[in-house]
Amino acid sequence: MGLLDLEGKVAFVTGSTRGIGWSTACLLAAHRATVILNGVSDRHSLDERVTELRSAYGVEALGLLCDAADPAGVRDAYREIFSAFRQLDILVNNAGVLQDALVGMVSDDMVTRTFAVNTFGAIHHLQGAAQLMRRHKSGSIVNLTSIVGVTGNEGQIVYSSSKAALIGLTKSAAKELAPLGIRVNAVAPGFVDTDMTRTLPRDKREQRVTSIKMGRIGTPEDVARVILFLASELSSYVTGQVLGVDGGMLI
Amino acid sequence: MTNDAKLRQVFIDALALSPEVDVESLSYRGIDEWDSVAHMMLVGEIESAFDVMLDTQDVIGMSSYSLAREILKRHGVQI
Repeated sequence: MGLLDLEGKVAFVTGSTRGIGWSTACLLAAHRATVILNGVSDRHSLDERVTELRSAYGVEALGLLCDAADPAGVRDAYREIFSAFRQLDILVNNAGVLQDALVGMVSDDMVTRTFAVNTFGAIHHLQGAAQLMRRHKSGSIVNLTSIVGVTGNEGQIVYSSSKAALIGLTKSAAKELAPLGIRVNAVAPGFVDTDMTRTLPRDKREQRVTSIKMGRIGTPEDVARVILFLASELSSYVTGQVLGVDGGMLI
Repeated sequence: MTNDAKLRQVFIDALALSPEVDVESLSYRGIDEWDSVAHMMLVGEIESAFDVMLDTQDVIGMSSYSLAREILKRHGVQI
Protein backbone atom coordinates (compact mmCIF):
# COMPACT_ATOMS: atom_id res chain seq x y z
CA MET A 1 0.00 0.00 0.00
CA GLY A 2 3.00 2.30 0.43
CA LEU A 3 1.99 5.88 1.10
CA LEU A 4 -1.60 4.79 1.72
CA ASP A 5 -0.63 2.29 4.39
CA LEU A 6 -2.01 3.46 7.75
CA GLU A 7 -0.77 0.59 9.88
CA GLY A 8 0.27 1.88 13.32
CA LYS A 9 -1.86 5.02 12.89
CA VAL A 10 -4.81 5.85 15.13
CA ALA A 11 -7.73 7.65 13.48
CA PHE A 12 -10.73 9.28 15.15
CA VAL A 13 -13.77 9.84 12.94
CA THR A 14 -16.52 11.90 14.58
CA GLY A 15 -20.13 11.17 13.68
CA SER A 16 -19.15 7.82 12.21
CA THR A 17 -22.01 5.37 12.65
CA ARG A 18 -23.43 6.16 9.21
CA GLY A 19 -23.04 8.24 6.05
CA ILE A 20 -19.73 9.83 5.15
CA GLY A 21 -18.30 9.15 8.62
CA TRP A 22 -18.97 5.42 8.43
CA SER A 23 -17.62 5.14 4.87
CA THR A 24 -14.50 7.00 5.94
CA ALA A 25 -14.03 4.76 8.97
CA CYS A 26 -14.29 1.67 6.74
CA LEU A 27 -11.82 3.02 4.20
CA LEU A 28 -9.29 3.98 6.88
CA ALA A 29 -9.68 0.53 8.44
CA ALA A 30 -9.24 -1.07 5.00
CA HIS A 31 -5.88 0.71 4.93
CA ARG A 32 -5.05 -0.80 8.32
CA ALA A 33 -5.60 2.16 10.64
CA THR A 34 -6.86 1.65 14.17
CA VAL A 35 -10.20 3.44 14.08
CA ILE A 36 -12.12 5.19 16.84
CA LEU A 37 -15.79 5.48 15.99
CA ASN A 38 -18.12 8.05 17.51
CA GLY A 39 -21.84 8.43 18.02
CA VAL A 40 -23.89 10.80 20.17
CA SER A 41 -26.04 8.59 22.37
CA ASP A 42 -26.86 5.14 20.95
CA ARG A 43 -24.33 2.80 22.60
CA HIS A 44 -25.87 -0.31 21.02
CA SER A 45 -25.51 0.93 17.42
CA LEU A 46 -22.01 2.18 18.11
CA ASP A 47 -20.93 -1.17 19.55
CA GLU A 48 -22.41 -2.96 16.53
CA ARG A 49 -20.39 -0.75 14.21
CA VAL A 50 -17.21 -1.40 16.22
CA THR A 51 -17.78 -5.16 15.92
CA GLU A 52 -18.50 -4.80 12.20
CA LEU A 53 -15.28 -2.88 11.62
CA ARG A 54 -13.16 -5.35 13.59
CA SER A 55 -14.53 -8.40 11.80
CA ALA A 56 -14.52 -6.90 8.30
CA TYR A 57 -11.00 -5.43 8.40
CA GLY A 58 -9.22 -7.18 11.28
CA VAL A 59 -8.21 -3.89 12.86
CA GLU A 60 -8.42 -2.57 16.37
CA ALA A 61 -11.47 -0.36 16.88
CA LEU A 62 -13.01 1.58 19.73
CA GLY A 63 -16.37 3.31 20.10
CA LEU A 64 -16.69 6.60 21.97
CA LEU A 65 -20.01 8.20 22.77
CA CYS A 66 -19.83 11.98 22.85
CA ASP A 67 -21.78 14.94 21.53
CA ALA A 68 -19.56 17.42 19.68
CA ALA A 69 -21.70 20.15 21.22
CA ASP A 70 -20.55 19.18 24.72
CA PRO A 71 -17.01 20.55 25.35
CA ALA A 72 -16.56 18.52 28.55
CA GLY A 73 -17.62 15.33 26.76
CA VAL A 74 -15.18 16.04 23.95
CA ARG A 75 -12.33 16.56 26.44
CA ASP A 76 -13.23 13.25 28.10
CA ALA A 77 -13.08 11.54 24.71
CA TYR A 78 -9.50 12.71 24.15
CA ARG A 79 -8.51 11.62 27.65
CA GLU A 80 -9.91 8.19 26.79
CA ILE A 81 -7.95 8.10 23.53
CA PHE A 82 -4.81 9.09 25.45
CA SER A 83 -5.40 6.32 28.00
CA ALA A 84 -6.08 3.70 25.36
CA PHE A 85 -3.49 4.52 22.67
CA ARG A 86 -1.17 7.33 23.89
CA GLN A 87 -1.40 8.75 20.35
CA LEU A 88 -3.69 10.15 17.69
CA ASP A 89 -2.59 10.51 14.07
CA ILE A 90 -5.76 11.34 12.16
CA LEU A 91 -8.88 13.31 13.09
CA VAL A 92 -11.81 13.45 10.69
CA ASN A 93 -14.04 16.23 12.00
CA ASN A 94 -17.22 14.93 10.43
CA ALA A 95 -20.04 15.22 13.00
CA GLY A 96 -22.66 17.61 11.74
CA VAL A 97 -26.33 18.51 11.65
CA LEU A 98 -28.35 19.96 8.80
CA GLN A 99 -31.53 21.99 9.10
CA ASP A 100 -32.83 24.39 6.47
CA ALA A 101 -34.93 27.49 7.02
CA LEU A 102 -35.62 30.67 5.08
CA VAL A 103 -34.55 34.04 6.43
CA GLY A 104 -37.17 35.09 8.97
CA MET A 105 -37.96 31.50 9.94
CA VAL A 106 -34.69 30.65 11.66
CA SER A 107 -35.26 29.81 15.32
CA ASP A 108 -32.76 30.56 18.10
CA ASP A 109 -32.55 26.85 18.90
CA MET A 110 -31.66 26.03 15.31
CA VAL A 111 -28.81 28.53 15.27
CA THR A 112 -27.52 27.38 18.65
CA ARG A 113 -27.61 23.66 17.92
CA THR A 114 -26.18 23.94 14.40
CA PHE A 115 -23.22 26.05 15.48
CA ALA A 116 -22.71 24.03 18.67
CA VAL A 117 -22.22 20.83 16.65
CA ASN A 118 -20.89 21.93 13.26
CA THR A 119 -18.61 24.77 14.30
CA PHE A 120 -17.85 24.89 18.02
CA GLY A 121 -17.73 21.09 18.15
CA ALA A 122 -15.16 21.04 15.35
CA ILE A 123 -13.04 23.55 17.26
CA HIS A 124 -13.19 21.48 20.45
CA HIS A 125 -12.21 18.34 18.55
CA LEU A 126 -9.40 20.08 16.70
CA GLN A 127 -7.98 21.37 19.96
CA GLY A 128 -8.11 17.94 21.61
CA ALA A 129 -6.58 16.24 18.59
CA ALA A 130 -3.78 18.79 18.23
CA GLN A 131 -2.87 18.27 21.86
CA LEU A 132 -2.24 14.57 21.23
CA MET A 133 -0.67 15.02 17.79
CA ARG A 134 1.91 17.56 18.86
CA ARG A 135 3.50 14.97 21.17
CA HIS A 136 4.68 13.10 18.07
CA LYS A 137 5.04 16.20 15.88
CA SER A 138 2.83 14.75 13.17
CA GLY A 139 -0.81 14.32 12.30
CA SER A 140 -3.55 15.10 9.83
CA ILE A 141 -6.84 16.80 10.58
CA VAL A 142 -9.60 16.79 7.98
CA ASN A 143 -12.59 19.06 8.53
CA LEU A 144 -15.84 18.38 6.73
CA THR A 145 -17.13 21.66 5.38
CA SER A 146 -19.60 21.84 2.48
CA ILE A 147 -20.01 23.29 -0.98
CA VAL A 148 -22.60 25.66 0.54
CA GLY A 149 -19.97 26.88 2.98
CA VAL A 150 -18.05 28.10 -0.07
CA THR A 151 -20.86 29.27 -2.36
CA GLY A 152 -23.84 29.84 -0.03
CA ASN A 153 -27.33 28.58 -0.82
CA GLU A 154 -30.86 29.83 -0.37
CA GLY A 155 -32.62 28.36 2.65
CA GLN A 156 -29.31 27.54 4.30
CA ILE A 157 -28.02 30.67 6.03
CA VAL A 158 -27.41 28.78 9.25
CA TYR A 159 -25.92 25.57 7.88
CA SER A 160 -23.80 27.38 5.28
CA SER A 161 -22.40 29.87 7.77
CA SER A 162 -21.61 27.10 10.27
CA LYS A 163 -19.69 25.31 7.51
CA ALA A 164 -18.04 28.47 6.13
CA ALA A 165 -16.57 28.99 9.58
CA LEU A 166 -14.76 25.68 9.21
CA ILE A 167 -12.83 27.09 6.26
CA GLY A 168 -11.42 29.83 8.50
CA LEU A 169 -10.74 27.23 11.15
CA THR A 170 -8.91 25.06 8.63
CA LYS A 171 -6.74 27.83 7.24
CA SER A 172 -5.84 29.34 10.60
CA ALA A 173 -5.11 26.02 12.28
CA ALA A 174 -3.04 24.92 9.27
CA LYS A 175 -0.80 27.97 9.67
CA GLU A 176 -0.45 27.54 13.43
CA LEU A 177 0.10 23.79 13.45
CA ALA A 178 2.34 23.38 10.39
CA PRO A 179 5.53 23.97 12.43
CA LEU A 180 4.43 21.09 14.67
CA GLY A 181 4.11 18.75 11.68
CA ILE A 182 0.31 18.73 11.84
CA ARG A 183 -1.56 19.25 8.58
CA VAL A 184 -5.10 20.65 8.52
CA ASN A 185 -7.30 20.48 5.44
CA ALA A 186 -10.98 20.54 4.59
CA VAL A 187 -13.21 18.62 2.26
CA ALA A 188 -16.22 20.36 0.77
CA PRO A 189 -18.74 17.76 -0.41
CA GLY A 190 -21.49 18.70 -2.82
CA PHE A 191 -24.76 16.79 -2.81
CA VAL A 192 -24.09 13.39 -1.25
CA ASP A 193 -26.49 10.50 -0.74
CA THR A 194 -26.73 10.19 3.04
CA ASP A 195 -29.47 9.98 5.67
CA MET A 196 -28.92 13.68 6.22
CA THR A 197 -29.71 14.67 2.61
CA ARG A 198 -32.49 12.07 2.31
CA THR A 199 -34.58 14.28 4.59
CA LEU A 200 -34.98 16.74 1.70
CA PRO A 201 -38.27 16.74 -0.20
CA ARG A 202 -38.17 14.74 -3.47
CA ASP A 203 -38.46 17.81 -5.72
CA LYS A 204 -35.57 19.53 -3.94
CA ARG A 205 -33.43 16.40 -4.30
CA GLU A 206 -34.13 16.14 -8.01
CA GLN A 207 -33.45 19.83 -8.50
CA ARG A 208 -30.06 19.46 -6.83
CA VAL A 209 -29.09 16.40 -8.87
CA THR A 210 -29.78 18.31 -12.10
CA SER A 211 -27.29 20.95 -10.95
CA ILE A 212 -24.45 18.39 -10.87
CA LYS A 213 -22.40 18.37 -14.09
CA MET A 214 -21.43 14.72 -13.64
CA GLY A 215 -25.14 13.89 -13.62
CA ARG A 216 -25.28 11.86 -10.44
CA ILE A 217 -25.50 12.35 -6.71
CA GLY A 218 -22.23 11.79 -4.83
CA THR A 219 -21.70 8.73 -2.66
CA PRO A 220 -20.18 8.68 0.81
CA GLU A 221 -17.34 6.63 -0.70
CA ASP A 222 -16.56 9.44 -3.17
CA VAL A 223 -15.93 11.71 -0.20
CA ALA A 224 -14.17 9.08 1.91
CA ARG A 225 -11.56 8.52 -0.81
CA VAL A 226 -10.58 12.20 -0.73
CA ILE A 227 -10.44 12.12 3.06
CA LEU A 228 -8.13 9.09 2.82
CA PHE A 229 -5.86 11.07 0.48
CA LEU A 230 -5.69 13.96 2.96
CA ALA A 231 -5.22 11.64 5.93
CA SER A 232 -2.40 9.67 4.31
CA GLU A 233 1.18 10.46 3.36
CA LEU A 234 0.04 10.89 -0.26
CA SER A 235 -0.75 14.47 0.77
CA SER A 236 2.30 14.98 2.98
CA TYR A 237 2.95 18.52 1.63
CA VAL A 238 -0.69 19.66 1.55
CA THR A 239 -2.10 21.86 4.29
CA GLY A 240 -4.66 24.66 4.62
CA GLN A 241 -6.58 23.51 1.53
CA VAL A 242 -10.28 23.10 0.85
CA LEU A 243 -10.92 20.29 -1.61
CA GLY A 244 -14.29 20.22 -3.36
CA VAL A 245 -15.87 16.79 -3.88
CA ASP A 246 -18.97 17.75 -5.81
CA GLY A 247 -18.99 16.24 -9.31
CA GLY A 248 -18.99 19.74 -10.79
CA MET A 249 -22.07 20.88 -8.90
CA LEU A 250 -23.22 24.44 -9.55
CA ILE A 251 -25.17 26.44 -6.99
CA MET B 1 16.94 12.22 37.98
CA THR B 2 14.11 13.36 40.24
CA ASN B 3 10.85 14.56 38.75
CA ASP B 4 11.64 18.04 40.00
CA ALA B 5 14.96 18.02 38.15
CA LYS B 6 13.22 16.62 35.09
CA LEU B 7 10.68 19.44 35.14
CA ARG B 8 13.45 22.03 35.49
CA GLN B 9 15.22 20.54 32.48
CA VAL B 10 11.99 20.59 30.44
CA PHE B 11 11.57 24.30 31.22
CA ILE B 12 15.16 25.03 30.22
CA ASP B 13 14.93 23.02 26.99
CA ALA B 14 11.45 24.11 25.90
CA LEU B 15 12.05 27.80 26.59
CA ALA B 16 15.65 27.66 25.31
CA LEU B 17 17.03 29.08 28.57
CA SER B 18 20.53 29.08 29.99
CA PRO B 19 21.03 26.19 32.48
CA GLU B 20 21.79 28.72 35.22
CA VAL B 21 18.39 30.38 35.06
CA ASP B 22 16.31 30.16 38.24
CA VAL B 23 13.17 28.63 36.74
CA GLU B 24 11.16 29.24 39.92
CA SER B 25 11.39 32.99 39.34
CA LEU B 26 9.92 32.83 35.85
CA SER B 27 6.38 33.72 34.86
CA TYR B 28 4.45 33.33 31.62
CA ARG B 29 5.07 36.39 29.43
CA GLY B 30 7.43 37.67 32.13
CA ILE B 31 10.41 36.98 29.83
CA ASP B 32 10.74 37.17 26.04
CA GLU B 33 11.47 33.45 25.80
CA TRP B 34 8.16 32.42 27.43
CA ASP B 35 5.63 33.71 24.92
CA SER B 36 2.45 31.93 23.80
CA VAL B 37 4.21 29.86 21.11
CA ALA B 38 6.89 28.74 23.58
CA HIS B 39 4.15 28.04 26.13
CA MET B 40 2.52 25.51 23.82
CA MET B 41 5.94 23.92 23.19
CA LEU B 42 6.48 23.77 26.95
CA VAL B 43 3.10 22.13 27.51
CA GLY B 44 3.85 19.53 24.83
CA GLU B 45 7.26 18.78 26.34
CA ILE B 46 5.80 18.44 29.86
CA GLU B 47 3.10 16.08 28.56
CA SER B 48 5.70 13.95 26.80
CA ALA B 49 8.18 13.93 29.68
CA PHE B 50 5.59 12.93 32.29
CA ASP B 51 3.21 10.97 30.04
CA VAL B 52 0.16 13.03 31.00
CA MET B 53 -2.52 14.90 29.09
CA LEU B 54 -3.22 18.33 30.53
CA ASP B 55 -6.68 19.91 30.53
CA THR B 56 -7.28 23.14 28.64
CA GLN B 57 -7.67 24.96 31.96
CA ASP B 58 -4.28 23.58 33.04
CA VAL B 59 -2.70 24.82 29.82
CA ILE B 60 -4.20 28.29 30.27
CA GLY B 61 -3.41 28.47 33.99
CA MET B 62 0.16 27.13 33.96
CA SER B 63 1.82 30.52 34.34
CA SER B 64 4.76 29.61 36.59
CA TYR B 65 7.05 26.76 37.51
CA SER B 66 5.31 26.21 40.84
CA LEU B 67 1.91 26.05 39.12
CA ALA B 68 3.33 23.49 36.68
CA ARG B 69 4.38 21.39 39.69
CA GLU B 70 0.89 21.67 41.19
CA ILE B 71 -0.75 20.66 37.92
CA LEU B 72 1.51 17.63 37.59
CA LYS B 73 0.69 16.61 41.16
CA ARG B 74 -3.01 16.73 40.27
CA HIS B 75 -2.26 14.39 37.37
CA GLY B 76 -0.67 11.88 39.72
CA VAL B 77 2.98 12.77 39.22
CA GLN B 78 5.08 12.46 42.40
CA ILE B 79 6.86 15.75 42.49
